[in-house]
Amino acid sequence: MLESNKESLKLEAMKRIVQLISKGKNASDLFPAVVKNVASKNIELKKLVYVYLVRYAEEQQDLALLSISTFQRALKDPNQFIRASALRVLSSIRVPIIVPIMMLAIKEAASDLSPYVRKTSAHAIQKLYSLDADQKEQLIEVIEKLLKDKSTLVAGSVVMAFEEVCPDRIDLIHRNYRKLCNLLVDVEEWGQVVIINMLTRYARTQFTSPWKEDGIFDENEKAFYDSDSEEKQGQREAKPYIMDPDHRLLLRNTKPLLQSRNTAVVMAVAQLYWHLAPKHEVSIVTKSLVRLLRSHREVQYVVLQNIATMSIQRKGMFEPYMKSFYVRSTDATHIKTLKLEILTNLANEANISTILREFQTYVKSQDKAFAAATIQAIGRCATNISEVTDTCLNGLVLLLSNRDETVVAESVVVIKKLLQTQPTQHSDIIKHMAKLFDNITVPMARASILWLMGEYCERVPKIAPDVLRKMAKTFTAEEDIVKLQTVNLAAKLYLTNSKQTKLLTQYILNLGKYDQNYDIRDRTRFIRQLIVPSEKSGALNKYARRILLASKPAPVLESAFKDRDRFQLGTLSHSLNIKTTGYQELSDWPAVAPDPSVRNVEVIEPVQEWAPSLGKAKKPKSDDKFYSDDEEKDEEGSGSGSEDSSSSSSSGSSEESGSESEEESSRDLEKTSSDSEKSSSGSEASSSESESQQKEKKRAKKVTPRKSKQTAADSGSDENGNGPLGKTSSSSAESSSSEESDSSEDSDSDSPAPQKKTVGKTKPKVEVKSKKEVSLLDLDDFSPAPPSAPKSSVFSSSLLSDLEGLSLSNVSSAMQVTTSSFGPVKTYELLHHMTGKGLSAKYHFPRQPCLYQPSMVAVQVILTNSSDHSLEEIHIGDRSPASLNVHCFNTVERLEPGASVSVSMGIDFSDSTQAANFQLCTKEDQFSVSIQPAVGELVMPSTMKEPDFCSEQRKLMGMNETSATIAMATANTSKQNISKQVLSVANVGVVSSDQNNLQRFAGRTVSSGALVLVTLELRESSTALLTINTEKTVMASMLLRDLKQALYQA
Amino acid sequence: MIHSLFLINASGDIFLEKHWKSVVSRSVCDYFFEAQERATEPENVPPVIPTPHHYLISVLRHRIYFVAVIQSEVPPLFVIEFLHRVVDTFQDYFGVCTEAAIKDNVVVVYELLEEMLDNGFPLATESNILKELIKPPTILRTMVNTITGSTNVGEQLPTGQLSVVPWRRTGVKYTNNEAYFDVVEEIDAIIDKSGSTITAEIQGVIDACVKLTGMPDLTLSFMNPRLLDDVSFHPCVRFKRWEAERILSFIPPDGNFRLLSYHVSSQNLVAIPVYVKHNITFREGSSQGRFDLTLGPKQTMGKAVESVLVSSQLPRGVLNANLNPSQGTYTFDPVTKLLTWDVGKINPQKLPSLKGTMNLQAGASKPDENPTINIQFKIQQMAISGTQLHTHPHTLQLQSQSSSSQLTTA
Repeated sequence: MLESNKESLKLEAMKRIVQLISKGKNASDLFPAVVKNVASKNIELKKLVYVYLVRYAEEQQDLALLSISTFQRALKDPNQFIRASALRVLSSIRVPIIVPIMMLAIKEAASDLSPYVRKTSAHAIQKLYSLDADQKEQLIEVIEKLLKDKSTLVAGSVVMAFEEVCPDRIDLIHRNYRKLCNLLVDVEEWGQVVIINMLTRYARTQFTSPWKEDGIFDENEKAFYDSDSEEKQGQREAKPYIMDPDHRLLLRNTKPLLQSRNTAVVMAVAQLYWHLAPKHEVSIVTKSLVRLLRSHREVQYVVLQNIATMSIQRKGMFEPYMKSFYVRSTDATHIKTLKLEILTNLANEANISTILREFQTYVKSQDKAFAAATIQAIGRCATNISEVTDTCLNGLVLLLSNRDETVVAESVVVIKKLLQTQPTQHSDIIKHMAKLFDNITVPMARASILWLMGEYCERVPKIAPDVLRKMAKTFTAEEDIVKLQTVNLAAKLYLTNSKQTKLLTQYILNLGKYDQNYDIRDRTRFIRQLIVPSEKSGALNKYARRILLASKPAPVLESAFKDRDRFQLGTLSHSLNIKTTGYQELSDWPAVAPDPSVRNVEVIEPVQEWAPSLGKAKKPKSDDKFYSDDEEKDEEGSGSGSEDSSSSSSSGSSEESGSESEEESSRDLEKTSSDSEKSSSGSEASSSESESQQKEKKRAKKVTPRKSKQTAADSGSDENGNGPLGKTSSSSAESSSSEESDSSEDSDSDSPAPQKKTVGKTKPKVEVKSKKEVSLLDLDDFSPAPPSAPKSSVFSSSLLSDLEGLSLSNVSSAMQVTTSSFGPVKTYELLHHMTGKGLSAKYHFPRQPCLYQPSMVAVQVILTNSSDHSLEEIHIGDRSPASLNVHCFNTVERLEPGASVSVSMGIDFSDSTQAANFQLCTKEDQFSVSIQPAVGELVMPSTMKEPDFCSEQRKLMGMNETSATIAMATANTSKQNISKQVLSVANVGVVSSDQNNLQRFAGRTVSSGALVLVTLELRESSTALLTINTEKTVMASMLLRDLKQALYQA
Repeated sequence: MIHSLFLINASGDIFLEKHWKSVVSRSVCDYFFEAQERATEPENVPPVIPTPHHYLISVLRHRIYFVAVIQSEVPPLFVIEFLHRVVDTFQDYFGVCTEAAIKDNVVVVYELLEEMLDNGFPLATESNILKELIKPPTILRTMVNTITGSTNVGEQLPTGQLSVVPWRRTGVKYTNNEAYFDVVEEIDAIIDKSGSTITAEIQGVIDACVKLTGMPDLTLSFMNPRLLDDVSFHPCVRFKRWEAERILSFIPPDGNFRLLSYHVSSQNLVAIPVYVKHNITFREGSSQGRFDLTLGPKQTMGKAVESVLVSSQLPRGVLNANLNPSQGTYTFDPVTKLLTWDVGKINPQKLPSLKGTMNLQAGASKPDENPTINIQFKIQQMAISGTQLHTHPHTLQLQSQSSSSQLTTA
């Protein structure tokens, strides 16, 4: 059919061939017939031939050469798409002979006018490199050239090529760093991932670590300003860490990408923040990562792996989102275990009770592998948090009577580890396990019990020999691991209790001697020499007891993700926890930052960035000689052009967005102009560009600013052939395209004189502005204080918005999100930092049952050090009344400046609102503080059914009833809002009710457990009858008052 | 980057392969099959599998494994995201993404894959652009093609890739200009035995179908943007305006697309619109168990609860279930022990219930775990979070607001 004259037949034939290829069948015999059609006019036929060619060219090199000339012709085609696709296919044909042709084609395409062709050439670089690595040097040259490209289309691909061909040539990036940062938002999403990863590596080599002096640098932008102006160098010593403005630029420009729909981009930004941002800023990525958990299963898997690693080092980041990691019954097993891992990492004193309750459900899961993992997790929680060790241990012992074998076995293993970490009296548990021994068949569990017996044989002197006796009977039938432990047990018992066990031991040792497994034979021989006295082994024998019964260090139950942080987050290596091919280590921060001036190519921009907005604010701007040069006007043009696009909104913020986009476009312009300066001396290719720059300048001088705006915008749209687009986009892409159109239009040469003039002119400017620039950038980034330099209102407003963005990422604000979901939580001040000499404390009621004693109310205290020195030994001192029953938190050894820690304590208020007074002590000082509980916090929710509620209510009539008719704000009349308000005041539980106008809430007082029943009966015109039934009449009246207020207020 | 792609069906046959660099033998998939055997459920196959020379990253959708072969370090999410994008594109093109559909359209699939990746690096993934390059097959077009011999490859080459708005093709024309926005919200909640909510979160998406001529620039605003805790946008949304004014301003792609997805902070109380009364007991000693389940609406603001589907994984010991639904139909799979009950619409006057007995394996002891109950339902015309849209320059029609939810009772 391929020989046929009819195209439709040929097409049909090709389709069949493609089907063969897709099934993996060999179709290479048809090569000569197919190749003939490469020059076909039919696009689809051509494409299918390309598919075939790429697949089989490697095998049929000689014949493939026949097609090359067609591609060479197509490379010169006027249509950019044909040029691009020809290059694509040509470079995909892996035939070494054509390497020189490919090289030539790539070089040509790299300076093509169409960015699409340039993008293809960037792809071709990688292909050629994988075909022939000897071309590296030449390819690097092309990469260098393409890196300078300002099109967003090219950026991603060329960075990809850079990563593949010469990832160590960091020096190529310097000059393009700022451009890449600025273009990042507009690059297509796949390119973003690659660029972000590359910039992470780059930043780690170029900037100093922001982690050492955390928390200070926010205040020191002033020092930064000064230190760069060379006059007050002295200040540098005082404030040691200053974030490089370029470093800040990267962080700022990547932040919006957290909102990307592409999960890979979000992950890339998250890892960038994790590896580069100051510690307190990292937490902004949390929310986005948690969002990714709603995505596909595979995405969840990778994201959870990364969160697991992060959560080991930074619990606080994910604590507020703990509930997002609760396991769903529909999750796949590997996701369940990862979630478990994270929950375990997040466990701390405050939330352990919730987590353990959740774990209890998991243990019952039908997925036994998961249940076993849960038991291990419980074990880890128990070792990490000493308060709950006993609770966990008891729970695990209960599990020993579970019917499922794997659960029991896992519990035994975990209990063994726990007992080892706690060498206290637990002989009961050991006895219990000995009883279970007969029923357990899982070898690992049996071995664990035997080991426990041996280790603590002195505590259970009667049982241990008995177990050994049983083992002696079944020895031959056991697994190897059990046999080994039996031998160990025998040896230990022989040493401690040789009277009873001597014969047994010898019997077992004899059995072991003839075992099939050489390990067991070895062990037996070794033990025999060690413990049985003989003439030869005299020396060792003496120490046998010390060798065998030495106290063993307890195993540390660690996260499996502990060592994963050696890999960069989000990488394949991290996911697999092995070093993959092509993985590049993230270098440590340099001690001293390399010279930042290497990046100063387009340094003029920041002044530009503000100047036009200034100029716009006060109209007469052209008077200023300094600014009246070409870039200025041109820039103003594109700036206002972009403002047009957002003309629908006219408020101050639109002004701001206008100036923002201006900044971008101006930066672009700057870059080109400076690029052209550079290249005008050397390379030919860009000389036309620089000339066009001159031309443009000339034109700009002639026409008024308003006109120049018109031309710039027009020419931009002409080239693209989509007029409205040019106008609407406020991105830098527009200005770049206008640049380009200019270069193509005005390609006739200019007189050299003005060219020189500009060079001369711009150079001093660069120097002057570069100084100023840094400071401005910095101010714009993070000055909370009003800027010292006089600026227009536009400036300050944008500054303000920047500040808003900053305050979002503050640690303190992130901490306060730590609320339980039962209702909104109010935070109260315990100690102000002024009175506390820098130590400030806040507290809230987490509304969880108190861990320490059921009659206590749990209080969560957040201690923050806002002084400039670290505070040590924060603990609770004297309390009054002295009888006050308080469970103190553990002494906080050290609190670094700016850091905060949350601790939990329990207070028994004895159902009264009397304040609990106590002293909060640091090493040096003592501060008297008091916690005054709201009456609603002295209650805990109790669940009951409606009939129960009514019957209880009937018992609490008369004196025990307090009621009042209250007025309610209209906003509160819906059922949902009422319960919200009530729950915000009191920690009670909702009783589901069928009646529409009645709402019921039930609770118990924490100390005495007296019932508190709240009934709310809605009346017409937003009034309601509020009834409270409880024995504690004082509480009732107080609660009534609080509720009334809450419902009245809305 | 991505070397090769293998498509593997549920029975373990490789039915399509595509290579972007040199050919990787399909024997590499043996490692995948090994992992598949080890996993009990199809979902449990690990997404990333190392082999001696390659790494396999797989995605399971529509019971087809999409296995990508990689040779060197690459962010795994990059590959996973791309594979999902491939599946989405197939679905967009063929309506369904099944083995049969892919086999029928193998040429189109090949052309698509060729355009989507160049040398393993994504080239064109926007469906607008792809559709311009390769026309999606329709019945009409296939007929015309067979008669006239024309092709489904675009005659003209797309300009979109070069424009500043890469997601929209130029020269769109409609006689009826219309745009529809669907707000779909999902509640995802875990509720414990006694009926109290353990976690509940609301996730929403706004799906749009825009058919407007030319290059429209749309603006949308929310009545209460503060509700939205975390958002992610289609690339067309201008991020800066959202930051500054909380307004969505964008040039939409042509046709269907997901404008944004959002998360409503879980700090607020979420009212779950249905409740379940359940009583599932197994008596010690006897080989019978009782099963009693009643559903009812709660705080639905008068809207009907529709398409209710209850499923529960019963304990392994259950042999058979003999149940009597008051409405709808139920099935019990004795192999997987999965009970599903298709309820349909809940009538508030007559609450649906499912009652009956379960037969346990003779001699088996009482199962100690409580089965979890999954409930899925839909409520039309209701947004749980209270999200409301405003439209600005063009008058836009708000088609429907629906919310579907999934509950798990543990």
